[in-house]
Amino acid sequence: MRLSAVHLACHRGGRDVFAGVNFAVGSGEVLAITGRNGAGKSSLLRTIVGLVRVAHGSLSLEGGDPELTIAEQAHYLGHQDALKPSLSVGENLRFWAGFLGHKPADTSAALAAVGLDPLADLPAAYLSAGQRRRLSIARLLAVKRPIWLLDEPVSTLDTAAQERLAGLMRAHLADGGLILAATHGPLGIAPTRELRLDEFAAAPAPAASAELQPS
Amino acid sequence: MTALAALLVRDMRIAVRVGGGALIGVLFFLVVVTLVPFAIGPDLALLKRIGPAVLWLAALLANLLALDRLFAADHEDGSLDLLLMSRAPLELVVAIKGVAHWLTTGLPLVVAAPLIGLLLNLDGAAQAGLVLTLLAGTPALTFIGLIGAAISVALRRGGLLLAILVLPLTVPVLIFGVGAANAALVGPTPFGTPFTILCALTLASLVVGPFAAAAALRQEIE
Repeated sequence: MRLSAVHLACHRGGRDVFAGVNFAVGSGEVLAITGRNGAGKSSLLRTIVGLVRVAHGSLSLEGGDPELTIAEQAHYLGHQDALKPSLSVGENLRFWAGFLGHKPADTSAALAAVGLDPLADLPAAYLSAGQRRRLSIARLLAVKRPIWLLDEPVSTLDTAAQERLAGLMRAHLADGGLILAATHGPLGIAPTRELRLDEFAAAPAPAASAELQPS
Repeated sequence: MTALAALLVRDMRIAVRVGGGALIGVLFFLVVVTLVPFAIGPDLALLKRIGPAVLWLAALLANLLALDRLFAADHEDGSLDLLLMSRAPLELVVAIKGVAHWLTTGLPLVVAAPLIGLLLNLDGAAQAGLVLTLLAGTPALTFIGLIGAAISVALRRGGLLLAILVLPLTVPVLIFGVGAANAALVGPTPFGTPFTILCALTLASLVVGPFAAAAALRQEIE
């Protein structure tokens, strides 16, 4: 399986975010997407799953299910956790497993893998930010999809949870999956390649460093 | 089908739990209709004549209450992104959310209507006519409302815009809903004529609503 982009450009809110982005990620590989704030890391991930329109260029997936779109074979872990506070931890996960997986799934293994099984009956409203993130990660395990698109996956996670996530990512890669992760810091696993989005900025970068200096 | 069933169960669960909109709608309906006899006074003939119109208006407004959170809540917590990435067509996803909204907001109104029809001096035949028109007409209110909910999804305080967008579109439903209820009550037109048009409006909204709302969501999410 191979996900590749050719001359990809993104246009949002009346400005060009990036242009001319090329990358290819194969099975068992990790692409780390880096860049300053506003370089378009999240926009790139959202473009891949079709939540942002492709302004120019193309995306293609070789070796996937030809019946399905890229979005339907991908998991997207965004900044928001897609959890309902009034539903319990178990109900939240069972819903996404049933909705994304199209069959009732046993979610207890996924819940145990992120260490939330003792909290299965707790309403999600009582979870901490890190626990909410871990519950979203459980979604990636409950339904099997080969492409993982992770937006700042380690933010809000404590050290133990970061190591656990690294282990889950390694298992996913060993299983033939591929990972694209937007990140500022270390991921916990060595990326195969790095895509520096700053190099593809369509417009001149604003002088962010000058603005941030104390007056 | 499992995906859509899971969505239906989840939306109905959220609606009946703390902070959900299910009870709010029916309580608002009860309060508004209860206030009318106090405002009008004990004129039984007048209450009987305006009863169906009051109930329909209250149902229309009660239906709007929970509507603005229908997509906005999913948009704010990121669920909408995942719903859009689904293998199920977005039109069906939207339609299922509409069904869940009607089952938790519209159907309780239909059930509560005979109870509070008593307050407005409605007798047996009028009650039956009224319940039948609400049963046939409230799905149209929900499915027309889907369009407004989808258009205002990304707006803060989108509920105000929603009301302005949706209420004019519901005028035909209101006219034929009240018309059919009145026909059952006093005549002289037969009940069947406005009731058939009301059913037609509902069927049309069931088709148009999800497609228009899905198109609006695809535009708005960017």
